[in-house]
Amino acid sequence: MQHVKTFIGHYNYFITIFLMVSGLYIVIARGNMIKKLVGLALFQTSVYLLYVEPGKIIGGTAPILDPAFKVYSNPLPHVLILTAIVVGVATLALGLAIVARIHEAYGTIEEDEIFAREAQE
Amino acid sequence: MTRIDVIQHLPSLQVVIPLLGAVLTAFLRRGTLAWGLAAVVTWLMPVIAGALLLQVLQDGPISYHLGGWPPPWGIEYRVDVLSAFVLLLVSAVSAVMMPFARRSVAFEIEGDKQAWFYTMYLLCLTGLLGITITGDAFNAFVFLEISSLSTYVLIAMGRDRRALLASYQYLIMGTIGATFYVIGIGLLYLVTGSLNMVDIASRLGSASVEQFQPIVVALAFLTVGISLKLALFPLHVWLPNAYAYAPSFATAFLAATATKVAVYLFLRIFFSIFGVAISLDALRVFDVLLALSLSAMFLASILAVYEQNLKRMLAYSSVAQIGYITFGLSLANQNGLTGSIVHLFNHAVIKGALFLVLGAVVYRAGSVKLADLGGIGRKMPLTFAAFVVAGLGLIGTPGTAGFISKWYLALGALDKGQWPLVFLIVASSLVALIYIGRVVEVAYFHPTSEAAEKASDPPLNMLLPILALAAATIYFGFFTELSAGAASKAAQALIGGLK
Amino acid sequence: MMISYPPEILVLAAVLIPFIGALLIPVFHRAPNLREAVTLATAGALFLTVLGLLDPVLAGARPEAMNIVVVPGLALAFKVEPLGMLFALVASALWIVNSIYSIGYMRGNDEPRQTSYYVCFAVALGCTIGIAFAKNLFTLFLFYEGLTLSTYPLVTHKATPDAIRGGRIYLLLLLGTSLVLLLPAIVITWELAGTIDFTPGGILEGKASGAVIGLLLALYAFGIGKAALMPLHFWLPAAMVAPTPVSALLHAVAVVKAGVFTIVKVVVYVFGLDTLRGSDQSAWLIYVAGATVVLASLVALRQDNLKKLLAYSTVSQLSYVVLAAAILAPISLIGAALHIAAHAVSKITLFFAAGSIYTAAHKTEISEMKGIGRRMPWTMGAFAIGALSMIGLPPTAGFLGKWFMLTGAMQTSQWFAVGVIVLSTVLNASYFLPIVVTAFLREPDDNPHGKHGEAPWPIVLALTATAIGTLALFWLPDVPLALAKSMLER
Repeated sequence: MQHVKTFIGHYNYFITIFLMVSGLYIVIARGNMIKKLVGLALFQTSVYLLYVEPGKIIGGTAPILDPAFKVYSNPLPHVLILTAIVVGVATLALGLAIVARIHEAYGTIEEDEIFAREAQE
Repeated sequence: MTRIDVIQHLPSLQVVIPLLGAVLTAFLRRGTLAWGLAAVVTWLMPVIAGALLLQVLQDGPISYHLGGWPPPWGIEYRVDVLSAFVLLLVSAVSAVMMPFARRSVAFEIEGDKQAWFYTMYLLCLTGLLGITITGDAFNAFVFLEISSLSTYVLIAMGRDRRALLASYQYLIMGTIGATFYVIGIGLLYLVTGSLNMVDIASRLGSASVEQFQPIVVALAFLTVGISLKLALFPLHVWLPNAYAYAPSFATAFLAATATKVAVYLFLRIFFSIFGVAISLDALRVFDVLLALSLSAMFLASILAVYEQNLKRMLAYSSVAQIGYITFGLSLANQNGLTGSIVHLFNHAVIKGALFLVLGAVVYRAGSVKLADLGGIGRKMPLTFAAFVVAGLGLIGTPGTAGFISKWYLALGALDKGQWPLVFLIVASSLVALIYIGRVVEVAYFHPTSEAAEKASDPPLNMLLPILALAAATIYFGFFTELSAGAASKAAQALIGGLK
Repeated sequence: MMISYPPEILVLAAVLIPFIGALLIPVFHRAPNLREAVTLATAGALFLTVLGLLDPVLAGARPEAMNIVVVPGLALAFKVEPLGMLFALVASALWIVNSIYSIGYMRGNDEPRQTSYYVCFAVALGCTIGIAFAKNLFTLFLFYEGLTLSTYPLVTHKATPDAIRGGRIYLLLLLGTSLVLLLPAIVITWELAGTIDFTPGGILEGKASGAVIGLLLALYAFGIGKAALMPLHFWLPAAMVAPTPVSALLHAVAVVKAGVFTIVKVVVYVFGLDTLRGSDQSAWLIYVAGATVVLASLVALRQDNLKKLLAYSTVSQLSYVVLAAAILAPISLIGAALHIAAHAVSKITLFFAAGSIYTAAHKTEISEMKGIGRRMPWTMGAFAIGALSMIGLPPTAGFLGKWFMLTGAMQTSQWFAVGVIVLSTVLNASYFLPIVVTAFLREPDDNPHGKHGEAPWPIVLALTATAIGTLALFWLPDVPLALAKSMLER
């Protein structure tokens, strides 16, 4: 019974892990370059959750120095993840830009078609 | 500001100057001007790094509190012998290469994009120096991404359309690697509540008693993540294409510095964080690392032998040489680690020289396919003399820097009582002899090809960096105070901290 | 008389002079006469410098020079000891003769890229002196590899597919064995002994068990590929594609002698005779060396190409030295040292003769040389003297070394070694004497290429000089003998 309780009590982590693994799976399994990037973004986003969740304490407030507030949520993970989000956005933007250039150069964004074209030459 | 202030703030200047330089460069239009700015910034870097190294050797590690916030709350820049050594390595090699960039970049990249190239180059330099100097694990991730994102752009600027594919491929793998790294750091943060490396290390010991499993998982994520970045076999697949199709200067710069900094991060994670708190021998990570290193040393070298594109050949050779570095790391003893760290340095010099030679070949003959280069050694005598010298360094003949690395690695293996490993080290250098010898044969003894017919030694500002690095290959084969001396001190500090 | 410089300076000068020469030669790229004058002057200066060291060394001095500590344990340092003195003396003296010969040969055959030829030659000689005067295994190893690398362009000089293939075998085998076997041997020696300096009496006494000694000996014996122990000998025949002066000085004197010299040095100064004898692990080396002596002679017997025959003869003769070292008797080691000198002078004579025939008559096969002695009496006369020395007959230099080796083998009751020496003498006679007989006594074929006489005068001068040297060494062996004897003093 205890195990089930622990399991349910940590449901948020399982969602995180599910998102993580599905993101990674899409990156590996898909041949379409945009879909790969989507998977990558999903994978990165799941990490944001990994950081933010443990910082939140139920009933906690922002860290305000006042005797009225006793329980704080940890703000540091939020700050960290703000940085990580910026990085994620930049990566996605750059990735899309490169895919656009690839489309110009090859006329397709399917990996297997491109490799077949390269092999011909 | 007084003079003393400047010296106090050297650690932050090491990162801030190239960052500002990158921003300024982005506003420039003309390539030559951008080159000038990038060059001035690059040449300042070894001065700062050298001053830091001297300071560290005299007074011990420097702890710099960014914005005045003390660690573990604020971000700490921490310079010890190892980080100062890597800082100097990265900045000095870039500084030597810088004169080469002007003509090579002007030749390979369209006029209006040259300034962007230098912006990206400076950002990449910022990232690499940042990873090396920071003492904060999350800050290291940010710098890692700065250097990675700019690297993707640098690669995509290659002339061949395959450069785009290589860049995309690297972007995917690099991002997975970096994300793995953040996951690992996140788990460590959950366990210890800290992001400062020294602080994590001090808290990890007691935490490991109750929460051993998350720590092992964190180690696994960090190992895989950084291994992707440093192209540890078999996670190297992004590297050959990236190096082959990137602009020549970018290839030389990345080959000499980027993987080295990833190795530095690896050393930090293993020896300054985990090794201090828990016994790594019990986890058997080093056994796995040893097996992968040996595979890299042989398989990647053999792939290099069959490669017709010389840039790709050297790229595979880089994978093999990284194998040497992680090999020494996996021995985890004084001599092995010294060999590892000194090879960071020696390989940067040697590979830098070799890739610059190929840059000069592109500039003069327009191709790096072996079949096009018959007799080119006779047409570009000085350039190929440098190729031969650096090639010998790669093989590790005595009198070159490569020999010093191998000597320490061999001693490290013997210290562990693993004498068969000594034979494996030398046997894989024999494979290097084959792929370098193959190029020498074609370049000197084959009939002159069409592409080689019109070639000659490149202009002086391209030739001098090549010759300087080739000369350094020999110099550091005899006078090793700066290379092996510092490496040995760094290794001592790392080994001394191990549990 | 010469002004006498302190020996320390002479040591440094001896190592540096060839390299300085190598830097000067390309300056006179466009003036061949001046360029050759530089080569000759360098060779002369080197010989005089080395000669200046002879008296101090005979008087018991062991001058040292330079001490660059690369990393703890690895130092670039020189120290002259008797065996190295002998080797340096032989190599530098023969370089003068060979340079004269080279001028005749290279011009007579209109060879291309002569400047780089002379540069590589000077570098090779510098490396040879470095090997001879090395104070420790690292310095020796450094110049050992340098010698391989600097002679590679000489082997591939012709740039024909054959030459490239020969060069490939040459480089892979010599660099390969030294990197894969010799380097680990040095590393292990350092780990065991804590030093890699050459020390009279050896450095491994009591430092390693019998099995480790045996393994190390094997690593050294096969790692020193230049000694051409079978089955690692085939680089030497492959190297014969080089121009003849290269084969003469480098592949009969400098390179191969560097190999056996290193083996003798390792046996005497690294292991120590007593340690090896005590370990009882060296008997196999006698068999390997003995087998090489006999088998190489058998292969030589079947060769028609004169240079190939000489190459296999060299393989066989080199293993005499290894055999003598493996016998571990002091007197046989004296024989080994003498044989290094004797074989050098005689084999270079034989190669000079082969090159002379090639230059004058463009013949390479023995079957084409019927009656050639009548047209080229000087050449073939010198050849005959060299051949006698190879067989080991008095009054030639070859007799001395063999005599000491045989005595050593008998003293220590090594009957296998005695048998090998006797058998190979018979074999040597049976492949060298027919050549002499063919050259002088057989009727010449009708020559389709017209008449030819002797080769250009520098060639004849050089080969006469070495032939006289071969005879002189028999009558006046004092200097080499004294050096060889003092090698074994502790």
